[in-house]
Amino acid sequence: MNVPQALSRAAARPRPTLPRWSGAAAKHLVLIFVGLAVAYPFYFMVSSGLKSFFEATSTPPTVIPTELHPENFADAWSRAPWARFFVNTVFIATVTTLGELVTAILAAYAFAQMRFRGKAVVFTILLATYMMPGEATLIPNFVIMSRRYLNLYDTYWAQIFPFLATAFSIFLLRQQFLGVPAELRDAARIDGAGHLRFLWSVVLPISVPALVTVTVISFLGSWNSFQWPLIMTSRPEIQPIQVGLNAFRGETSSLYHLLMAAAAFTVAPVVLLYLVAQRYLVQGVARTGIRG
Amino acid sequence: MAAGALPTRTSAVRRRRVVVENVQAWLFLLPALGVLALFKLFPALFAIWISLFKWDIIQGPFRGLDNYTAYLWADPTRTEQFWRALSTTITYLLITIPLEMGFALAVAYVLFQKLRGRAFYRTLYYLPYVTSTVAAAAVFSWIFHPQYGLANQILGIVGIERLQWLQEPDGVFQMIGDAVGIAVPDLFAGPSLALVAIAMFSIWHFLGFQIVIFLAGLGNIPVEYYEAARIDGASDRQLFTRITLPLLSPQIFFVFTIASIGVLRAFNEIYVMTNGGPLDTTRTLNLLVFRTFFQQGQIGLGSALAVILTVIILLFTLVQFRVFERRVVYG
Repeated sequence: MNVPQALSRAAARPRPTLPRWSGAAAKHLVLIFVGLAVAYPFYFMVSSGLKSFFEATSTPPTVIPTELHPENFADAWSRAPWARFFVNTVFIATVTTLGELVTAILAAYAFAQMRFRGKAVVFTILLATYMMPGEATLIPNFVIMSRRYLNLYDTYWAQIFPFLATAFSIFLLRQQFLGVPAELRDAARIDGAGHLRFLWSVVLPISVPALVTVTVISFLGSWNSFQWPLIMTSRPEIQPIQVGLNAFRGETSSLYHLLMAAAAFTVAPVVLLYLVAQRYLVQGVARTGIRG
Repeated sequence: MAAGALPTRTSAVRRRRVVVENVQAWLFLLPALGVLALFKLFPALFAIWISLFKWDIIQGPFRGLDNYTAYLWADPTRTEQFWRALSTTITYLLITIPLEMGFALAVAYVLFQKLRGRAFYRTLYYLPYVTSTVAAAAVFSWIFHPQYGLANQILGIVGIERLQWLQEPDGVFQMIGDAVGIAVPDLFAGPSLALVAIAMFSIWHFLGFQIVIFLAGLGNIPVEYYEAARIDGASDRQLFTRITLPLLSPQIFFVFTIASIGVLRAFNEIYVMTNGGPLDTTRTLNLLVFRTFFQQGQIGLGSALAVILTVIILLFTLVQFRVFERRVVYG
C-alpha cells in the first residue's frame, strides 16, 4: 500500500516542500546505503577470494582486486576434502528434510483432520517441545549418543535422528491442513477414500506452498547446522560442511584469501536456494513469525 | 424386531469407525512423537538428572544441588564465572536488541512505501539471515582484522587510530574516555569492543528477519486509519506515533522476545569470532556452557549451567507464547 501518496491525495493539501521525487530519492538513498552495508560482506568474501595473498593482506585493503586469481578457488578446494563435506551435507540435509516432511505431514494431518482421544494432551506436549530450546537438550543428547547408550558418535545417524521431527513443521503444516474445506473431506469419504488416500491425493496437492516452506527451512537449517555436528563428529568422512569450514579456518590461519574462497563456495548453494525459493521462505516467516 | 436391530448395528459400526480412527491417528502421530520424545522430551528431563551428579566424562556420585550452588554462590571461581557470563549475556542483549529493532523498524517503515525495487531490497536484506553463521563470522573476523580489516580502514578515513576490535578486551566507554582524556571508573568501562563488534555482526545477520516481520505487521494496518487521521490534520510524525507504533505493538513485542531468545542462544558467531575471549569479555552463558561441558569435559556442571540458561530462555518464551498462541496455534 502506498500510504503517503494515498494520504496526500486524500488530504488534497499542497505541501510547501521539495518536489515529490526528492522524497522517493531520499528513501532510495537510505535503502541503498543499508543495502550496501548488507551486501558488502558478501562482495568482500568473493573479491577477497579472488585476490592474491599479497593483495589480500595489503594495507589498506583494495576494494577491487587489481589482479584476478580464480585459481584460489581450486587451491582452496584441493586443501581440504570439500567434495566429501558437500556429499555429506547434501546427504544429511536431504534425509533429514525428507524425514521431517513425512513425520510432520502425518502428525499435522492427525491434528487437523482426525478425531482421537488425548488430542489436547498430545498437543500440549508438542507445545512444550516447541518451547524447549536446543540448549536444554545439547548435553543430554551428547550423552545419549555416547558409547554407553546409542553408540552413534561419529556417524551420519547422530546428525540425522534428532532432527527427524520438529514441532515447528508440525504446527506450520497443521495450520495449512486446517484450512482444507470440510466439503472436500466429506466428498472424499462418500467416494470411499480413507484418510491416507485423502491426504495423498487431495490435501498434499493443495498444500504445495506450505510443503515447500517446510522443505526450504528444514534444508537450510540442516545445511547451516554447526554446533551439534561439531561436538558429534571427528572424522572428515562424515563431517558436514560447516564443521569442515571451521576446521579449514584453523588450518589456513593467515591464508585469508583461501578462507574467503572456501567460505564463498560453501555459501553459494544456500544463496541459490534462497533466491529460487525466497518467496516461500519469506512467506513462511511472515505468516508464522517463527525463526526458520 | 428388524426395525430395532438397525440402530444397534449402525452404532456398532460407528463405534468401530471411532476405534479405527483413533488407532489410525495414533499411528500417524507415532513417528513424530517417537523422535520428539526420544530427542527432545526425555533429554530435557535427563539434563536435570545429569546436573545432579558429579559427571566428568563418566557418571560419578550424586551431588544433589551442589553443581548449582557452586555457580550461584558456593565456589568462588565458578560463582565469578557464572555472574560474569550472565552480565556479559545481559550486556550483549542490551547493546544488540534496541539497535537491531530500531534499525529494522526504520528500514521496514521506509521499505513499506510503494517504491520501485521494493522486492529487490527485501530479498537483499534477508540474505544474511540464511547465510551460515560460520562463513559469515569468518568474513567478519577479517573485516575486523586489526591490521588488514575494512573496519579500521573506515576509521582511518575519519582520522581515528586503528582499533583491535575482536581482540580488544577494554570497555568502549573507557576507550572513549581515554581518547578524550577523561578517566572512566572501571564500573562504567562498558562492554568490551570485542562484544560490540559481535553485536554489529548480530545486527547485520538478523536485520532482514525483523524487517520481514515488521513489514507483515505494517501490511495489517488498515489504510483508512491513516486517511481519517490525515483528514483530521495529523502530521507525519503523529501518524507514526499514534497509529503505526500502537498498531504494530504485537509485532514489536514479538520481535523483542524472539530476538532476545536468539541473543541468549547465540553460539556460532561468538565461537568463531572470539571463542569467549579476549579475557573472557565475550563469554556469554551459552559459551560458558560449551566450554564447561565440551572443552573441559565437566558434563554435570555444564548441565547445571545449561538448565539455568534454559530457564532464562523459557521465561522469554512464555512471555512470547501468548502472541505465538494467537498467531500460530489457534490462528
